[in-house]
Amino acid sequence: MTRESFAALDRRGFLKSAGALVVSFSISAPPMHAQFGNTPIPGSPQNDQVDSWIAVGADGMITAYSGKEELGQGIATAQQQLIAEELCVPFDRVKLLYCDTAMTPDQAYTSGSQSHPANFNHSNLALACATAREALLHKAAERLALPAEQLVIADGVIRARTDTSKRVSYAELVGGSRLHLALDPNAKRKPPREWTVLGKAVGRVDMAAMVTGEFEYVHNVRLPGMLHGRVVRPPSVGATVASVDESSVSTMPGVVKVVVRRNFVGVVAQKPWQAMQAAERLKVTWTPGPGLPKQSTFYDHLRSLPSRDALLVDSKDTSQVLAQSATVLRARYDHPYQMHGSVGSSCAVADVQGGKATLYSPTQGVWYQKTTGAMILGLKPQDVHVIFRRGAGCYGLNGADTVSYDALILSQAVEKPVKVQLSRKDEMAWENYGNAWTIDERAALDAAGNIVAWEHEAWTASLGNRPGPMTPGNVITGMLVGYSPAAFEPGPARDPRSYNNGSNGIPSYVAGRVAGVEGGTGTVKSEKVLVHTVQSPFWTGPLRSPARLQNTFAHESFMDELAARVKADPVEYRLRHLRNPRVVGVLKAAAKAANWETRPSPVGGRPKTGVVTGRGVACVAYEGDNGYTGIVVEVAVNQDDGRVAVKRMWVAIDAGPISNPDGLRNQAEGGALQGMSRALGEEVTWDDEKITSIDWRTYHSLPLGFELPRIECVLVDQPDERATGAGETSITVVAAALANAIFDAAGIRLRQVPFTVERVRQALQARV
Amino acid sequence: MSAITFQVNGRSHTLDLDPTTPLLYVLSDDLGLRGPKFGCGLGQCGACTAIVNGTALRSCITAVSAVAGKEITTLEGLGTPEKPHPIQKAFIEEQAAQCGFCLNGVILTAKALLDRKPHPTDAEIQGALSNVLCRCFTHTRMHRAIQRAAREVAR
Repeated sequence: MTRESFAALDRRGFLKSAGALVVSFSISAPPMHAQFGNTPIPGSPQNDQVDSWIAVGADGMITAYSGKEELGQGIATAQQQLIAEELCVPFDRVKLLYCDTAMTPDQAYTSGSQSHPANFNHSNLALACATAREALLHKAAERLALPAEQLVIADGVIRARTDTSKRVSYAELVGGSRLHLALDPNAKRKPPREWTVLGKAVGRVDMAAMVTGEFEYVHNVRLPGMLHGRVVRPPSVGATVASVDESSVSTMPGVVKVVVRRNFVGVVAQKPWQAMQAAERLKVTWTPGPGLPKQSTFYDHLRSLPSRDALLVDSKDTSQVLAQSATVLRARYDHPYQMHGSVGSSCAVADVQGGKATLYSPTQGVWYQKTTGAMILGLKPQDVHVIFRRGAGCYGLNGADTVSYDALILSQAVEKPVKVQLSRKDEMAWENYGNAWTIDERAALDAAGNIVAWEHEAWTASLGNRPGPMTPGNVITGMLVGYSPAAFEPGPARDPRSYNNGSNGIPSYVAGRVAGVEGGTGTVKSEKVLVHTVQSPFWTGPLRSPARLQNTFAHESFMDELAARVKADPVEYRLRHLRNPRVVGVLKAAAKAANWETRPSPVGGRPKTGVVTGRGVACVAYEGDNGYTGIVVEVAVNQDDGRVAVKRMWVAIDAGPISNPDGLRNQAEGGALQGMSRALGEEVTWDDEKITSIDWRTYHSLPLGFELPRIECVLVDQPDERATGAGETSITVVAAALANAIFDAAGIRLRQVPFTVERVRQALQARV
Repeated sequence: MSAITFQVNGRSHTLDLDPTTPLLYVLSDDLGLRGPKFGCGLGQCGACTAIVNGTALRSCITAVSAVAGKEITTLEGLGTPEKPHPIQKAFIEEQAAQCGFCLNGVILTAKALLDRKPHPTDAEIQGALSNVLCRCFTHTRMHRAIQRAAREVAR
């Protein structure tokens, strides 16, 4: 995207200026309540119409509209490849616009590893392009009076196979009229084996602008007359406003207004530094919150709270099998709250004047900012226009949604455009953390060492979430102005109705039999997975591989413990209990790349001092069927000081047909290292009343300067399978593989994330 | 308020400013530059980096009064998409970014290092980047890009 903002161009204006088709809008969309995730909100283009997705300009340019946005994961480039491929036009003749509530289709959130499956399979954007190509070919056949089979398409021109003089371009064919076509479920996609643009390592379209400082992040949006806002968050969790002394800042230069709405407090000033100083100095008296549970006993505390229970699978015989088995293993795994910790604190720019609002937001869900932003402002959704602008990488629900509300509230109060960027502390103390988990695994083994029963029982703490269409209280600002988070109601579990492993609660090694159908990827038939959700003292929300990572840490660590118990090789032992070819495929691919030596763990016979090395393995079917990863890591453990250095990582990944191998590799590498940072150092901390991990000294992310492991990626292409998610796969398996490698090297089992130097040292000291 | 003069990317600016204002806000707000970014405001992450008289500084904790009369280079000052600096070119060739927010700090820190030490060892690159954060963890590509740039610059 260029320096010029699309701000001033609405969809109609943009299309006119591009000489393209004008797209029809529907006002007869279904009611709001049915809309979370699937059905577009009223006023957005109809997802089943080709004109909602693509337009052919008089100049031959293709303008495409997507509801899946670029967050840094490379999906914009891949979507542009897809459009060029399906429409047979050069890559640079495609202009892709995404996530603007005035012009793009409503595809709910850009989240949950759903962009690749949603837009690269036989639906949505891909199907719109295929439908359009076939329709254009049909029109060309009529125009040229030739059968369609005798025509070929290249570079947006359709011509006779044998007579090159008989030709017509897309632009000539469409000639300023709309296609007026519904997406055709019978339209044929181009087979992956014939791709020339998709499937190639095309460089990121935004790369040159990013490295030269041209790229416009939301932090760079500037509107005429724009002011700068800063929020004043409570000093402790649950504190409420008693009084605000506006006179404490009224004489400060540049201060425009102090804004108080229930427990929301903010200031607006002419310049950013003035706003920051005023927020610092504003005298607010707070009524303290109720206090926080002790961190040192928090996991036990979670297990004692009233819970909302869910059974994912239950063969009803696990207690019996466990009771009757000679060998039963039990282990407990704990995983802390972790942060998204975006490198740039969240920022948004709002302009609320005369009952209309325009919001530039890094949100993953512009449509839900439209509906919930309208609630915050007391406006109608149709009066709120939300335009996505990229922030710093979010990895899920960071401060993007909450700062968007901050900007709307402050702009409405001063009736001028206001930019708000959170302080580092406000970002880190109040974001929706990745949930804390404490998990029990239990398994029974038969005489041959095979697993015959597996129970997984987990407790996780939750409060708030993505706001969705109507729950602004799911993030801190919404709560501060008076909205509640989604209600928490404890209750017993019911029997599952269908197999759903979207949270990877079900280990890969069980049959997953629900309602008479085995949906799982493994062989163990006696199985039970029970999840207790309890109320969290802190806001929580999806953080890259939410629940999937924590569950997989427990499953894949435990699988290693079982293999070690029967002195089996960890790869061989996994293969023995797997029956899904794609999980098997990535596991074998990673092991092969790593030159895996078949033997049990730990390696044994090593000195108890000095540096020892080891290897660990883990694998997962992400969300059960949305991407597959196997990983092998090699670590060096310094037994004298407890330091763990990761030396090598081999990551095998299967995400269906590969849309962009370099983009996939970039995601797999970044996920592996981010997983390593989370496993080794990252943990939200608190005291009796407030969060204490509030900057990069107190929340420990591995910097660019740490000693990097060598990472090798094996991309497993599956041209005959559906496109799956990719960006959350590798991160899911890292913590377990690291714990397994540390066990292999030094014979110590780490069951609590993060594996800090202190915890490793303690485990080494406790070794017999 | 006081009038402060400094050079940014070869152009002289005289602005009437609160002298305690951190340089970052002058660059990003008063001058509208997109390279320097607010990451933490504490000098801990590197997103705000600017090169001042050859040294990579954290502009979020550097008062503008401290750069009076000095020459400041931001990411925009190195090159353009059409004519990128060799370091920027190396980052493009290695596709060394995801969200790209940290690139300002990474590239300018590398630039200051390579200007001082055209043939850095891996350990020296690590040392220079020891307080720079990339939360997408594009680390391996960024290291490769810096090594590539060093080779290019040396040639």
